[in-house]
Amino acid sequence: MTTTQESAVAVEMITVVIDGFEVTVPKGTLIIRAAEKLGIQIPRFCDHPLLDPVGACRQCLVDVEINGRAFPKPQASCTIPVEPNMIVKTQLTSPVADKAQKGVMELLLGNHPLDCPVCDKGGECPLQNQAMSNGRPDARLDGYKRTFEKPINISSSVLLDRERCVLCARCTRFSEQIASDPFITLNERGALQQVGIYENDPFKSYFSGNTVQICPVGALTGASYRFRARPFDLVSTPSACEHCASGCDMRTDVRRGKTLRRLAGDDPSVNEEWNCDKGRWAFKYVTSVDRLTHPLLRNADGVLVQASWPEALAAAAAGLKGKRAAVLTGGRVTTEDAYGYSKFARIALGTNDVDYRARVTSDEERDFLAAYVAGSSTTYRDIDAADHVALVAFEPEEESPIVFLRLNKNFKKRGLKVSAVATKGSIAMDKLKADFIKVAPGAEPAAVSSLALTAKSVILVGERASESAGLFSAVAALSAKTGAKIAYIPRRAGERGALEAGALGTLLPGGRPVADAAARVDIAAAWGVDSLPSTPGRTSQQIIDALASKELDAVVVGGVDAHDLPAGSKALDAMKSAFVISLEIAPSAITAVADVVLPVAAITEKSGSFLNWEGRARAFDEAVADSHNRSDVRILSMIADAMGESIMLGTVTAAAREFNQLGKWDGARVQLAPVSPATPSSVTGNEALLTSWRRLLDMGTLQKGEDNLAGTRRPTVAVISPKRADATGVKTGQQVRVSNAHGSITIPVLVEDIHEDAVWIPRNSFASQSLVALDAVHGEVVTVVKA
Amino acid sequence: MSKLTPVLSAHWDEADSFTIEAYTRHGGYTASKKALAMDPDAVIQLVKDSGLRGRGGAGFPTGMKWGFIPQGDNKDHYLVVNADESEPGTCKDMPLLLANPHVLVEGCIIACHAIRAERAFIYIRGEVTHVARRMNAAIADAYKAGHLGNGIDITLHIGAGAYICGEETALLDSLEGFRGQPRLRPPFPAIAGLYARPTVVNNVESISSVPAIINNGAEWYQSMGTEKSKGATLYSLSGHVNNPGQFEAPLGITLREILELAGGVRTGHKLKFWTPGGSSTPLFTDAHLDIPLDYEGVAAAGSMLGTKALQIFDETTCIVRAVLRWTEFYKHESCGKCTPCREGTWWLVQILRDLENGTGTEADLEKLLDLCDNIMGRSFCALGDGATSPITSSIKYFHDEYIAHVTNGACPFDPVKSTLFAGAVN
Repeated sequence: MTTTQESAVAVEMITVVIDGFEVTVPKGTLIIRAAEKLGIQIPRFCDHPLLDPVGACRQCLVDVEINGRAFPKPQASCTIPVEPNMIVKTQLTSPVADKAQKGVMELLLGNHPLDCPVCDKGGECPLQNQAMSNGRPDARLDGYKRTFEKPINISSSVLLDRERCVLCARCTRFSEQIASDPFITLNERGALQQVGIYENDPFKSYFSGNTVQICPVGALTGASYRFRARPFDLVSTPSACEHCASGCDMRTDVRRGKTLRRLAGDDPSVNEEWNCDKGRWAFKYVTSVDRLTHPLLRNADGVLVQASWPEALAAAAAGLKGKRAAVLTGGRVTTEDAYGYSKFARIALGTNDVDYRARVTSDEERDFLAAYVAGSSTTYRDIDAADHVALVAFEPEEESPIVFLRLNKNFKKRGLKVSAVATKGSIAMDKLKADFIKVAPGAEPAAVSSLALTAKSVILVGERASESAGLFSAVAALSAKTGAKIAYIPRRAGERGALEAGALGTLLPGGRPVADAAARVDIAAAWGVDSLPSTPGRTSQQIIDALASKELDAVVVGGVDAHDLPAGSKALDAMKSAFVISLEIAPSAITAVADVVLPVAAITEKSGSFLNWEGRARAFDEAVADSHNRSDVRILSMIADAMGESIMLGTVTAAAREFNQLGKWDGARVQLAPVSPATPSSVTGNEALLTSWRRLLDMGTLQKGEDNLAGTRRPTVAVISPKRADATGVKTGQQVRVSNAHGSITIPVLVEDIHEDAVWIPRNSFASQSLVALDAVHGEVVTVVKA
Repeated sequence: MSKLTPVLSAHWDEADSFTIEAYTRHGGYTASKKALAMDPDAVIQLVKDSGLRGRGGAGFPTGMKWGFIPQGDNKDHYLVVNADESEPGTCKDMPLLLANPHVLVEGCIIACHAIRAERAFIYIRGEVTHVARRMNAAIADAYKAGHLGNGIDITLHIGAGAYICGEETALLDSLEGFRGQPRLRPPFPAIAGLYARPTVVNNVESISSVPAIINNGAEWYQSMGTEKSKGATLYSLSGHVNNPGQFEAPLGITLREILELAGGVRTGHKLKFWTPGGSSTPLFTDAHLDIPLDYEGVAAAGSMLGTKALQIFDETTCIVRAVLRWTEFYKHESCGKCTPCREGTWWLVQILRDLENGTGTEADLEKLLDLCDNIMGRSFCALGDGATSPITSSIKYFHDEYIAHVTNGACPFDPVKSTLFAGAVN
């Protein structure tokens, strides 16, 4: 599919001769890359395929001749595109190029400390490797070397050893060109040139870890990994990121059963070679000391005690058998596990009461997902081809950072037009020079309806659209009117997979509507059962309400944080009186009220896959081989067996095979019944409409124990407009109290570009957890006063 | 009969030479009036016909450079005047601007008209506050007199003291507010220069030469100089000469002739070595006294005309010491962007220091030459190349003197003897 798109654009091909071999490459290809195609490795430091050429390190010098005229001096092959009738001689065939390269390498090593035995990079270092392949065998420079105080923190996560630096400017170029976070620059001059930060202004970029990965020497190191391991002691496993729906390809490096570091993998169609700092540096939750290691059972005294697996499984089966039970599963489970929950609900519990949306939701969203998202295939490539991207209830840098990087790339390379319908401006909007269509919380639908899009446009709509009635309907209508593509970007990694796996009350696997008899027959036949329940299931909110009203007796909960649920404390109260089975990796508010607690494998301990927002499968193997923890799907299968209602999903592989064989639904789709927008509440005096979203780095459960990472969080602030600041009598930095009948939050204020009627607070940051403190997230009336 | 052809420097000896009154008195601002009445392309053609070549060192034909600016592209064009004269030994632009700043203003007006630019930027070296002030006053007077502000404006920018900012693309970066480091080319400034707009970057002397060409015609300019190096230029003589200073003479004059005009080498001494165009150009010795000092003549003898900064050193000067001083300068001024220049100059200084102390070895000399070979032509810009010129050329002509330091275990020279106050010390 994608190849036809690519071949539609005719690319001029050019043939050049490198070291006597002909190679044909697209016009514009740099010599260094044309040589790679022949398997000829020209040494390099500053060159990086995703950064603009700079030609600074001079390591890649080669001899070049065009139309029989030779350049008088060797040329940097990383800066010169191929041309017809070009003849290139690399170090392999040109003694001049070879000497030039060896000369540059000698100079790079001259001031280098050669502390490889204690350097993190030793063993995987381009300088070390290329010094071997393209360096002089002996050292001649025996004067005094440049020294610096070492290391210096350029942020809480990144350390800089300046004397190791070869000043290739990869890190500074990445920060400026890719992340648009030019917080590090080269300072000073000559041999004293060095990477530096602005005074008192650390390298607080969400993407800073990439600079550590692309540093060709050991100058930039991650604070969490420094001195922890030698590369040759690590076992690397290709993996996928579990932190958001961007779908980054990753590599997980493990030593003796412990994950020591994670790196961005190379997937040109998704994350290219980048990832965000959360994906890179938030993994200690897996090894945090409070991992559940044994099943727990609530005994007669109401106390959770350790139990054996057979005991626990029997108790779980007994508690569910013949009861009115439902399933709640959060957005973090893998596609295979979600499929397990989906099948378990239908077969073992005989119900469609299953919902993966452990957050603020709406029925409109559920219909929208069924009508427009399940089975859809808008991709990153559509962003690359778009004439205009509209952001709706979606803050890309905070909620799906790789989507931000892709938008930024298109903005920088071809001036992609971006519009954002939002209550508050953001750093990402500034970087993308987005057209900020400022609305009051709840007033988004009207603004969306008036967006001028075309059939080549893409609407990126986030899960927060469920918090404004009629917004999903407006997005659907806009798409129908203009032909613009819809891309629904949930925040969590497992959401799209859970949707496709049918972990939703109205959908069976493959996007098959529960209400469609043919769809039910499809799945019943595949599962070898006579029939499937035909009543559409409850939503997560309805499940909790039904538990409270005793219409449901029991619930199976997997990977849900109570603080993500609206009225979380009421949900916990409801669970206290019901029979609760909790599948978790660590104790939580829900395990505390559960009757049976079953420990499950964390991401690095199991295989599986996620579907990213595109619906693209991101499969991964277990990185830690011998954890003895099992994936949710296997445990569900054991409970079902104990209930005598087998779901036959004994392994992740079996679940994946079965799910993939089901294929996509090709029948009629659920229609979205348009929902009318609600009129935003009017506010007077010190009243404001609340609006919020999550920061990328916040109090998230999967960021536990990552103190270095926490140091680069953006500050917790309440954002109000200049007019409101005047009326309230506060200035940036002073404290305000945001409150309602439920509670209050007191944090510093930031006066910024936001709708007059609104106040923004981070949703789950230190001192600002809006759902817990205010039981509100978006559109509710709160009071803002000087604290 | 003097060989001097004073044009730019014709009235430097008048007390008020720098004022607009003096400049106007001698026919100033008539050339710009004439040029503004001409078709811009005709101005470019006239400058092309005159054979004027860039006086900043590279000698690129000025008219041709102007012709590279795309026309009718609906973009802003800029003229940038490189007044960041920082090359050791070079002292022509600063005296010129001190004594006759209006000639540059008028040149800017003509050049802007020719390349369809509405604004010229003069990037002046930061250390020369007195010259910058005089330039500023001249620009203000030109505005008052109505020469500027009628479609052509001049902005004076004062640099912050970096030699690298004399490199034209580093100058542009610096002018835009970034650190001065050379840019990757292409794109060349003529296509995407200042603020990514078509830009001509010219040396002070090149632009200042234009008014006289407009007034006197291409043939007049052609009548001076040699076959491929037309016109007259400022030679700046410094060092061990009796009357140092600026000498405006036709291209192709020899050092022997200029030395005569300057009263000869310091009395009682004889010429040992000299630079034809500043410290970045390979040295000459007394064997090169009759080389014609034009672009071709100097190149044929293995050096470059450069900025025509003739630094004269007599036999009291230690070659190693002189070269070390220059090398220290390059180490200090290397911008740090590329490896060969940044790292290379770091080590060149150390090796030369050892050699000067007498603690070096003959092998060090080989190492020095090999390092130079790895820097020359391997650096990002010409600064790295320039850093090797004094070293390689001095070893070529004075190998024995280097060896004498090694065998002696110390410098065989008395450094006091090369100083101006040598006679005052016994």
